[in-house]
Amino acid sequence: MTTTPTRPAPATAAAPPGGAAARVRKRLNTRTATVVSIIIAVLWTIPTFGLFISSFRPENDIKSTGWWTFFTDPQVTLENYQEVLFGRTASSGQLASYFINSLVITLPSVLFPLAFAALAAYALAWINFRGRDWIYICVFALQIVPLQMALVPLLSFFSEGVTVGGVTLLPAWGLTGEERFIQVWFAHTCFALPLGIFLLHNFVSQLPRDLMEAARVDGATHPKIFRTIVLPLITPALAAFGIFQFLWVWNDLLVALIFAGGGKQTAPLTVRLAELAGTRGNEWQRLTSGAFVSIVIPLIVFLSLQRYFVRGLLSGSVKG
Amino acid sequence: MAVFSRPRQALMLASVLGLAMSATACGGSDDSKNNSGSGDCAAYEQYQGNDGKTVSIYASIRDAEADLLQQSWEEFSDCTGIEIEYEGSGEFEAQLQVRVDGGNAPDIAFVPQPGLLARFAESGKLKPASAETKTMAEKNYPADWLKYSTVKGTFYGAPLGSNVKSFVWYSPKMFAEKGWKVPTTWAELMTLSDQIAAAGTKPWCAGIESGDATGWPATDWIEDLMLRTQTPEVYDQWTTHGIPFNDPRVAAAVDQAGQILKNPKYVNGGFGDVKTIASTSFQEAGTPIVQGKCALHRQASFYANQWPQGTKVAEDGDVFAFYFPAIDPAKGKPVLGGGEFTVAFADRPEVQAVQTYLASSEYANSRAKLGNWVSANKGLDINNVKNPIDKLSVQILQDQQTTFRFDGSDLMPAAVGAGTFWKGMVDWINGKDTASTLTYIENSWK
Repeated sequence: MTTTPTRPAPATAAAPPGGAAARVRKRLNTRTATVVSIIIAVLWTIPTFGLFISSFRPENDIKSTGWWTFFTDPQVTLENYQEVLFGRTASSGQLASYFINSLVITLPSVLFPLAFAALAAYALAWINFRGRDWIYICVFALQIVPLQMALVPLLSFFSEGVTVGGVTLLPAWGLTGEERFIQVWFAHTCFALPLGIFLLHNFVSQLPRDLMEAARVDGATHPKIFRTIVLPLITPALAAFGIFQFLWVWNDLLVALIFAGGGKQTAPLTVRLAELAGTRGNEWQRLTSGAFVSIVIPLIVFLSLQRYFVRGLLSGSVKG
Repeated sequence: MAVFSRPRQALMLASVLGLAMSATACGGSDDSKNNSGSGDCAAYEQYQGNDGKTVSIYASIRDAEADLLQQSWEEFSDCTGIEIEYEGSGEFEAQLQVRVDGGNAPDIAFVPQPGLLARFAESGKLKPASAETKTMAEKNYPADWLKYSTVKGTFYGAPLGSNVKSFVWYSPKMFAEKGWKVPTTWAELMTLSDQIAAAGTKPWCAGIESGDATGWPATDWIEDLMLRTQTPEVYDQWTTHGIPFNDPRVAAAVDQAGQILKNPKYVNGGFGDVKTIASTSFQEAGTPIVQGKCALHRQASFYANQWPQGTKVAEDGDVFAFYFPAIDPAKGKPVLGGGEFTVAFADRPEVQAVQTYLASSEYANSRAKLGNWVSANKGLDINNVKNPIDKLSVQILQDQQTTFRFDGSDLMPAAVGAGTFWKGMVDWINGKDTASTLTYIENSWK
């Protein structure tokens, strides 16, 4: 984005001066509110901080004393990180190699829903065709279907294809090894679209009608309008939804476990992390450093796109 | 994408990707295994003819143990050309169901619960074992074991690894210092407990917290005492609901366990009062023995891996275990244990070849040589078993006098064995009386 066109939305959002929203905002700006929020932030960070300290403590210390004893008896080791990242044996860690799997799963699983949802949102908001509202309502309603209900049908869709009354409509996909990434991308994209379309539709439909009509008069086609007018304007919403989706996919265990499997070729970090503690949980000290290894990327993504996150959240909530 | 058009963010993304790439480059290199493939392949003659085929195996065994598992069939793979794709998961039980329902079942699964095995067998998802597998299994495993993988007269697969649960862990050093002797009868065990309690230490330590499986270590106690106070036949009736869960005989066994577990003089060494049993994690429950704050801890052979780093597990080491003595030695040697069964969801020749091979004594020895493993396989040469505790377990399993019974909670329906039984035991530890605890469990068993 080189220029940020001014959006008319804030004018309507902050409409009644001295209204309830303004009063809340005023109250939240006092010193006590700041102190309280700092206290809450500190309280919420303490467990993570403890985990962080623990990740540098030797195994026997982790297992016998609390992390706070670190301050009276500091013992630092990088062994936990060494073990989970480059572990000696094939399965004692090697998180490093599962890192790539996580990235390979996450990037397409974020980009596909973003692309499809943006296109669908535009079509549902600005292209007139019969049944448009019904499609939108259906998509909207799909949000309430828990994804757990779709796991088994979707899995059998991949492994057995679709057969209705003995007629094979779709053959089995027969994906093996690395091809199973396709299943994960497909699953994540499916599960993300209802919310994505809903969020982006709210945003796209708020764009001023004059803008679209002016473009139409100038002879712009739908693809042209979408590319040159809509896309730049909905960037904050795209970014917000992108972060949401990124964090969700990165932290996902269930979908990956079922569609990617636990093999080394396709399993992401979360699946590996769940197994790190050993068959009977005797190596649980590894989870401390494992957690921090897996946290790095989401932290970077979140911190670098944080501005969009807040803006996108607000834009979604105010309109609704 | 417009989102990433700012150079700073693009740079960030690039550097993150770069970091991940270089990290994998380092991690991927230590994949070299000690290649023993040059050995002679004559032993695998009967499994030949499936070159280039792949068999997938799914189990709950993961981490270091999974490494050893994969090493143990390496030679078989090299010689027969059957590639084995192994996958271990902590959510094995739930995932297996999803995969089977979704038409994506593994070729072979190592199922540790006969109850689950029976459910898959009854729904027609499992393939009966081939004649070769059956012959091999009958040759190598005692009938006590085979009946757990036989459902309605059909045999589904051989046992694989096992563990012995009738063990009491202790510290040989502490025993030697204080002049205590390892008890061989129930009476001696109780005398010893009193003796230790009189000396000022609480003799027993226990812990049953285990995440969403909290309560299971206590069910093992009850099962062990069922086997000791009753005959194996009554035990079988109890696990199959032939007698009600609140039968007086069950109540007697629970009360017998209560003489130790709910005795404030005996527990909970190193942790506190009786109620701390419910909040102490099973992984840490035995630790006070190493610290000298507790003397006895009843737990399975696999607890050997839970001791703090650097603890020597041996008869002359820091910790070791003795057989949880029988109440009436004349009745034989009841042993409670667990293990997994290799069952198949496919009947392709290569799958059956792998299934047969895993039932063989060659496999049992190949796996045992790598360490940290116990099996009830009769062909297992005890000299191939390395760890002292594993050796003791194999001795017990191979002992002619041993009456083996499978962990009862794994035989019961999941709603009871992995549900109300666990939960009931937590309540029981927390002070609920035996009768109402057992009635609560009985009412949940339909």
